[in-house]
Amino acid sequence: MTEIKLTVNGATRNDEVEPRLLLVHYLRETLGLRAANVGCDTTSCGACTVLLDGESVKSCTVLAVQASGRAVTTAEGAVNRDGTLGHVQQAFREEHGLQCGFCTPGMVMAVTSLLAENPDPTEQEVREGLEGNFCRCTGYHNIVRAALNAAAKLRAANDDATSGKAPSDGEVAA
Amino acid sequence: MIPASFDYEVAESTAHALALLAEHGEDAKLLAGGHSLLPMMKIRLAQPAVLIDITRLTGLSGIQIDGDEIVIGATTRHADLASSQILRADAPVLAHAAAQVGDPQIRHRGTIGGSVAHADPSADLPVTLLALGATVEVTGSQGRRSVGIDDFFTGPFETALGPDEILSAIRVPRLGGKPWGYQKFVRRANDWAIVGVAACDGRVALASMGGTPLRAHATEDALRSGATPRDAAALAAVGTSPGADFHADADFREHLARVLTRRALEGRTG
Repeated sequence: MTEIKLTVNGATRNDEVEPRLLLVHYLRETLGLRAANVGCDTTSCGACTVLLDGESVKSCTVLAVQASGRAVTTAEGAVNRDGTLGHVQQAFREEHGLQCGFCTPGMVMAVTSLLAENPDPTEQEVREGLEGNFCRCTGYHNIVRAALNAAAKLRAANDDATSGKAPSDGEVAA
Repeated sequence: MIPASFDYEVAESTAHALALLAEHGEDAKLLAGGHSLLPMMKIRLAQPAVLIDITRLTGLSGIQIDGDEIVIGATTRHADLASSQILRADAPVLAHAAAQVGDPQIRHRGTIGGSVAHADPSADLPVTLLALGATVEVTGSQGRRSVGIDDFFTGPFETALGPDEILSAIRVPRLGGKPWGYQKFVRRANDWAIVGVAACDGRVALASMGGTPLRAHATEDALRSGATPRDAAALAAVGTSPGADFHADADFREHLARVLTRRALEGRTG
């Protein structure tokens, strides 16, 4: 067993884990955070996408020990502190960016990471930025609309913050 | 899928990593991003007894200019290669190729050293570094040695790297505005190349046309003799030995090599 110390959605965690424990299983089974799904289990589908130090990664291909000393954010951590949906989640809701919902937590985290790197993407850049996330309902059009909607929400929130209006509350990595 | 059990060691220094490799020999594997190794461990193609995590060795990461070369630390990630202003200016084919690896999540984890040491003949970075004429810096208990990229890939997933050595850096020449092109034929986003071609300043390299990335020597010779890109590209499959699989038979791969080489020599990138 190996000791790991990390933050998950802002909370500090100390745990003893087997080195072979995958990050997605640590999140789902040890911590009970079930947003990240195990889809393909082969680094392809993106359903297990979480943020590691603010960047999207596929948690089926990261060992929990590799996350030690770092900050992990799951879709549970993408909500605002008052429990309302974060900007990216709200955009998925408004644009109906989901059908069965299995890919959605990974999509939300992939969009969050994409917009942190590129706050004003074109539609083509969104499509390429989400190439690591599969929607087997094939609901891509609305997912892309949700990402563009989220980008607009985040830019507006940042403009408000820099112009001294009410600060946006709790949005992660934005 | 859960990997078989292993012991996990965090290397505190390069010397510590070398000592751990010497202690555990071929039972040990170095771990950086783990994006080639962990998938192989999950399906039991690899079953190392010990993983030595080298990602905390900050000296192994980063991109720097050194005279007329660029030195890239082994644990530099694909995302960092793709966004590097140094590479975009002086080795743009490498920045472009790094942006074609997998998908954003994979590029946030995978490293140049991992990709080169894994030596997948269909991968983006090995073929690109072959076209660039890169040098591989290797550190062992006896000190450092340099291996030219033409001598580094010895077979499918096999390299000149010894079991007690660390691939520590990659050197590529600064090519500035020299002509380059890159072509990757895939049927789906984030697949490996069915055939790939990297061309850079008269050197041409092919992915998925044999057990290692291969130079298109006949094409290069023709270019030196003044042939047009179209005529030189017609020779791209000479001396190759492509396999046949679900995606393409050997004849189709040879056809793709000729077509993609022409496009790469014309400077096309997509």
